[in-house]
Amino acid sequence: MSDPVPMAWVILAAAAATFLTRVGGYVLITRMRRIPPRLEAGLNAVPAAVLSTLVAPAFAYGGWDVALAMVAALAIALRYSTLLAMVAGCAAVVLLRQSFGI
Amino acid sequence: MTGSEFMHGARRGLAVAVSAAPFGILFGAVAVEKGLSSGEALLMSATIFAGASQLVGVELFQHSVQPWLVVLSVFAVNFRHVLYSAAITRLFTSFTLAQKMLSFFLLTDPQFAEAERRAEAAGRITFVWYLGLGATVYCAWLGATLLGTMFGRLIGDPRAIGLDVLLPIYFMGLVLGFRSRDNWLPVVAVSSVASVIAIKVVGSPWHVSLGALAGILVAAFLPPRGGQAEESGMDGAAVAAPLAGRAER
Repeated sequence: MSDPVPMAWVILAAAAATFLTRVGGYVLITRMRRIPPRLEAGLNAVPAAVLSTLVAPAFAYGGWDVALAMVAALAIALRYSTLLAMVAGCAAVVLLRQSFGI
Repeated sequence: MTGSEFMHGARRGLAVAVSAAPFGILFGAVAVEKGLSSGEALLMSATIFAGASQLVGVELFQHSVQPWLVVLSVFAVNFRHVLYSAAITRLFTSFTLAQKMLSFFLLTDPQFAEAERRAEAAGRITFVWYLGLGATVYCAWLGATLLGTMFGRLIGDPRAIGLDVLLPIYFMGLVLGFRSRDNWLPVVAVSSVASVIAIKVVGSPWHVSLGALAGILVAAFLPPRGGQAEESGMDGAAVAAPLAGRAER
């Protein structure tokens, strides 16, 4: 291993870049004197909008075993809890894979 | 009183920790397997504190790509946090500058989701509550990373035990938690479809920011549902029920 830059420095630089993303929105938004209603409505939608993009591609491209497990998990998450849905989804996908040998 | 606020946050943090621990363990295991020392793996968890980007970073370390490319990739994967920090600023108005900076450092996906939900239910969040939540998740993340570096080999193939569906389902649960908000269903639908298209056309990880932006624009330009938004939790729950039924594809 002959890395010109020590690993620790790369890690710290990546950490600084990550912190930039975590204050970036604050820096932008505090520069505005007042928040227009449309922006306010947009910001209100941030949780659902961002988190959906972390779910949808797995459903669309993860294979039918993942998609089926996610549908089952959705039904459970709506009635019970997310934690139970995670356990059930995990169990469902393992069961599907073992019975169909994927 | 502040003590109990801290404990309230910590209790939520414990629930988050249970969900996040498998990924911390997975990260520790993968990091060691790809040639990082456990000290380097812990340094990543302690300073970057963002699971997906840490896994991407480790992957790139292995292929010994240029350092600036590693940093840029981590930045790209974490870019969604810009949206989080913009949105959560309105909840931090009572915090001092130092408290704000610490809070932004702790701003992970579940931290953001939990804080938004707490503000919805209680009207506001306190720094002590936020710290109780964040400190618990942070400690759990470090602990899980350490466990992964020590016993990671025991996991074997994460696919074989269904670990790959854990994260999408976890995030799905978080999405459902916001179903009482204005235009939730159109936002979720548009963001989902946009991210599915963008991941093919533009590629990962930009599908996250692009997909999110599409949903945010929908929320900005659709009229808010029924005038006053989220005036009371009970009202929200009543509206959520019919929406929830339609959410099943």
